[in-house]
Amino acid sequence: MNGAAMAQTTQAGSRWDDALLAAQLFAVDPAGLGGIALRAGPSPIRDLWLDALRGILAPGAPLRRMPCGIADDRLLGGIDLAQTLKAGGTIVQNGLLAQADGGIVLIAMAERLSAQTAARLAAVLDQREVRVEREGISRCLPATIGIVAFDEGADPDEQLPAALAERLAFHLDFDGFGVRGLKADLSAAALQGARARLGHVLPAADEILEALVSAASYFGIQSLVAPMLALRAARAAAALAGRDYITAEDVQLAARLVLAPRALVNPEPEEAEAAPEPNASPQEPPPANNDSQPDSEMLEDLVLAAVRAALPPGLLDTLKKSAGDRSPPSRRKGTGAMQATLSRGRPAGVRMGPMRSGARLALVETLRAAAPWQRLRQAANKNGVRRVEIRPEDFRIKTFAIPRESTIIFCVDASGSSAFHRLAEAKGAVELLLGEAYAARTYAALIAFRGAGSDMLLPPSRSLARAKALLSMLPGGGGTPLAAGIDAAILTAVAERAKGRSPLIVFLTDGQANIARGGQAGRTAAFAEAMAAAAGMAMQRLAGIFVDTAQRPREEGAKLARAMGARYLALPYAQAGAMRDVIRAAMP
Amino acid sequence: MADVFPFAAIVGQDEMKLALLIAAADRSIGGVMVFGDRGTGKSTAVRALASLLPAMRVIANCRYHCDPKAPAPDCLDGCGKKGSTAKRTLRAIDIPVPVVDLPLGATEDRVVGALDLERALTRGEKGFEPGLLARAHRGFLYIDEVNLLEDHLVDLLLDVAVSGENIVEREGLSVRHPARFVLVGSGNPEEGELRPQLLDRFGLSVEVRTPQDLAQRVEVLRRRDAFERNPAQFNKSWAKKNAQTGALIAAARDRLDAIKVPDAMLELMSRLCMKMGADGLRGELTLMRAARAAAALEGATSVTPAQIKKVAPLALRHRLRRNPLDESGSTARVERAVSEVLGA
Repeated sequence: MNGAAMAQTTQAGSRWDDALLAAQLFAVDPAGLGGIALRAGPSPIRDLWLDALRGILAPGAPLRRMPCGIADDRLLGGIDLAQTLKAGGTIVQNGLLAQADGGIVLIAMAERLSAQTAARLAAVLDQREVRVEREGISRCLPATIGIVAFDEGADPDEQLPAALAERLAFHLDFDGFGVRGLKADLSAAALQGARARLGHVLPAADEILEALVSAASYFGIQSLVAPMLALRAARAAAALAGRDYITAEDVQLAARLVLAPRALVNPEPEEAEAAPEPNASPQEPPPANNDSQPDSEMLEDLVLAAVRAALPPGLLDTLKKSAGDRSPPSRRKGTGAMQATLSRGRPAGVRMGPMRSGARLALVETLRAAAPWQRLRQAANKNGVRRVEIRPEDFRIKTFAIPRESTIIFCVDASGSSAFHRLAEAKGAVELLLGEAYAARTYAALIAFRGAGSDMLLPPSRSLARAKALLSMLPGGGGTPLAAGIDAAILTAVAERAKGRSPLIVFLTDGQANIARGGQAGRTAAFAEAMAAAAGMAMQRLAGIFVDTAQRPREEGAKLARAMGARYLALPYAQAGAMRDVIRAAMP
Repeated sequence: MADVFPFAAIVGQDEMKLALLIAAADRSIGGVMVFGDRGTGKSTAVRALASLLPAMRVIANCRYHCDPKAPAPDCLDGCGKKGSTAKRTLRAIDIPVPVVDLPLGATEDRVVGALDLERALTRGEKGFEPGLLARAHRGFLYIDEVNLLEDHLVDLLLDVAVSGENIVEREGLSVRHPARFVLVGSGNPEEGELRPQLLDRFGLSVEVRTPQDLAQRVEVLRRRDAFERNPAQFNKSWAKKNAQTGALIAAARDRLDAIKVPDAMLELMSRLCMKMGADGLRGELTLMRAARAAAALEGATSVTPAQIKKVAPLALRHRLRRNPLDESGSTARVERAVSEVLGA
């Protein structure tokens, strides 16, 4: 075995150890730590890990699987129709969250969770109870749960909803793991003892709080939820080790498991010790002061070193990609698209109607409609069997509105001298549109092209706050790779269409292409390629607006617009307000 | 019911606390919208408010929280009926002011109220089962994650919050009952912007941010930890401070009508609103009420520029026209205008 392969194996081994440690800490205090987000597809190693976790949970603790598309009546609770009709009085069936009280909720494909469901889970994690105010039921049930979320997203943009991810203490990644040689034999008895000890762990010293808080700030973690979770992890670690006080190792371990995966920045250490410290692993005791309280400077350094050593290897790439964006990559997704299906979408009330296939019966509303007639109907019913009489005219079916969402993709020429002006106006238009976006359900994206290629400056987003942050830095100058810009816009538009939104591409350029796809300069070739790309856009039947920003519009702009099948508009100063009005009018 | 973190123990977030105290002192302020980062204690603060409020007197067993001094004449539980039969059941009791949580996933029938299913099925009677709006009458209605609530429910809530009356026309029922409550919403801008027309229906708006100061951040952690380790003891150690804040609200309510608003101050507020192009009457009225309530909370007898300065961002920041090319946020714009009009 060569050195590199050995290092890899060792690294995988320590990551596996960490995954097992996280499982143990979680099993000590499931509700306090919120849960574990595990980025891994279905695999033997995931099963191995889950079995290990299952073995050490509190005896008798329920483990419920939750499908990611769960409906509210199963998640929160609803009327049990069969029982209600039989008993003649309302019989409530508890939802999955209440049923999992004291145990674990397991979510596969958690990256597909809607913002709505994630918010319900987050509320239950925060309040440890589930409040139900639906279908005539009003109750509040205890629901102290921990969550294990399998994030099976294939590409980095598919991630757990941020509202949920933030509340889960541990974020693990099984990418690139082999199951060979990995073992998981954890002691259930030790865990039982640790759970009993947890409540008796002494309060953390101020140095520990300070070390965790400043480590979080140091690595750019804004929210205070992360250091809070780290503190609870440290306490669980102390209980697991059979102690009733928190030591420096516990804090290091907690920082490594909880803070490192959340790190957003990696500032250079002050001394020239950029290489991660090899002895930051928890197995080795920190130098010298094991029993005495570590002094705070020292503890802080230890915690920083522990986090730095465990920073995910891809962190720098992520940071580069989101330059100027202070939010973590997991927030890239925004609210999530609403899919247009027969039975899903936002509930939009209930109406009378026949039960056709695909329609969903609104049970309670149907019963309500039938209720006033029961005396009459039962009186007419001679055979003496007492039951609730429901007639077809009582049927009430649920209706769902599928919001028409649209994505406006600005594709802006950032070349030459007027680049800054064009970009500023495009940015203005993006912000104007997003300012009204909640009502109009509009997403906006911004692609800039210049020099050798194109850049996605703002991925499709509905958040004005994010747009402002991302668009605060705009590059400009260089040649005009128009074809590359058109290609990028088409790709984005097609992807948006696949998400069920209607895309509209807005080009801001003077149409003077001078860089071909390969990067070589030359007007004729570049324009021919741009025309071909434009024809590609027409073939995809994408709606577009071509805003010609040339001082004296020439024929190229109009030609391109015709080839795209886009509306042509000469707007030498490309004012944001005027553009917004044109786009509003053109929106599908 | 889980233990609630005491209001007085919330670290920092002075603006949010002030807005909630103002709304508690002057309920006509028109609600509070709290927008900001996750984990900043938005919902903690709102839920903690309940324990601060002085108890309110209601008629026992009235599901619509009728005031014994002025029962609603058409109360569905019969509080307003004249005559001896109704009189003997009218017993007044003190209850804590309701702070009703509108959970995500709430359906319309539970919000506005609906036909009582059980009674209808078992006894064939047509009765009205009041919803959360009735429960929140004379108290607070809190919606966490406003931007995730279904649009039609948000519209309905705002409608009732403004009119003070809930009108139900469904399933053969035709019912109305008073529903005057302070609407408190909270949300996170990462989940999507709020509709502007929705935002300016709230009287006050607050932007909360995670504290940046290290000492404050440590203190947040320390108190939270202490609370989780022993909620009862933690609450006990803060009970006195909490009671003081409660007394402050009660005193401010009593004093509110006596607070003078000098003409010079009214003019100042008009100029401030004009300067910012904040939409007409509503902004000005809210600013005036908020300044008056702030004065009452401080124990002052009349409104001074200091209070106007303090509440102007709360009352005005969400009423500004958006100017996308202006990089500075709305808070900075309000502050700029305040310092221009009021002097530094």
